Amino acid sequence: MGDLRSPLSRAKGLGSAKEGTGHFWHQRLTSLLLVPLVLWLGFSLASMPVDHATLVGWIAQPLVTVALVLLISAVFYHAQLGLQVVIEDYVASHAKRTVTLLLSNLVCLLFGLTGVVSVLKIAFGA
Amino acid sequence: MSQSKHPTSPHLQIYRLPLTAVLSITHRITGVLLAFGCVLLVCVLAAAADSASTYQAIVPHLQSWYGQIFLVGLVFSLYLHFCNGIRHLIWDVGYGFELDTVDLTAKLVIALAIVLTVATWVVAGAG
Repeated sequence: MGDLRSPLSRAKGLGSAKEGTGHFWHQRLTSLLLVPLVLWLGFSLASMPVDHATLVGWIAQPLVTVALVLLISAVFYHAQLGLQVVIEDYVASHAKRTVTLLLSNLVCLLFGLTGVVSVLKIAFGA
Repeated sequence: MSQSKHPTSPHLQIYRLPLTAVLSITHRITGVLLAFGCVLLVCVLAAAADSASTYQAIVPHLQSWYGQIFLVGLVFSLYLHFCNGIRHLIWDVGYGFELDTVDLTAKLVIALAIVLTVATWVVAGAG
């Protein structure tokens, strides 16, 4: 069995999907990053008045801007990886699965970008 | 897949799922829900980036009774997924697989998610 694989492919250990344990590892890394960020976001939003000026003033603080960009990037990457597993498990037809995966990835990318751009627009006051 | 004559066990419609199994499928469901929650968060951010009036058009809905019910559900889903995710991370490094521990941490996850959700509204009420 093992004879069919080249020594290089065995050494790299990336398997037929060429990703190895990358998916699993990235899901865990993003979750670790999100532990402090989610607590911070949840309780920050809860503790401040809901008016526009307060929210915008808060987002425009440099550290908040950076943390929000980090959070939005991590959360949509985490969501994309998670949705991928759910789709792979429950969408049986190969064609439907491929299309659903592409759509899911696209939606995650679009909303992730929209979130980051919105935060940056507020931060730079454009 | 062809139907087999073999008995299947556990049969999900009869078998009473252990708490850990319930939490496992709940982790997936809340994960999918939270993806939509993230989309909502981005919509609010985009509205705030657009203008004060666009933002103000959304806020009353979030403050209404149906908005609050939705937000309580979303925040509880968030903290359930959050706490159970930490439980998964602890499993990933090899701890907590004993049946007693698994059952205890399952109950702890639910309790902590409730505490964090209540704490969020306490903080919001005080702020």
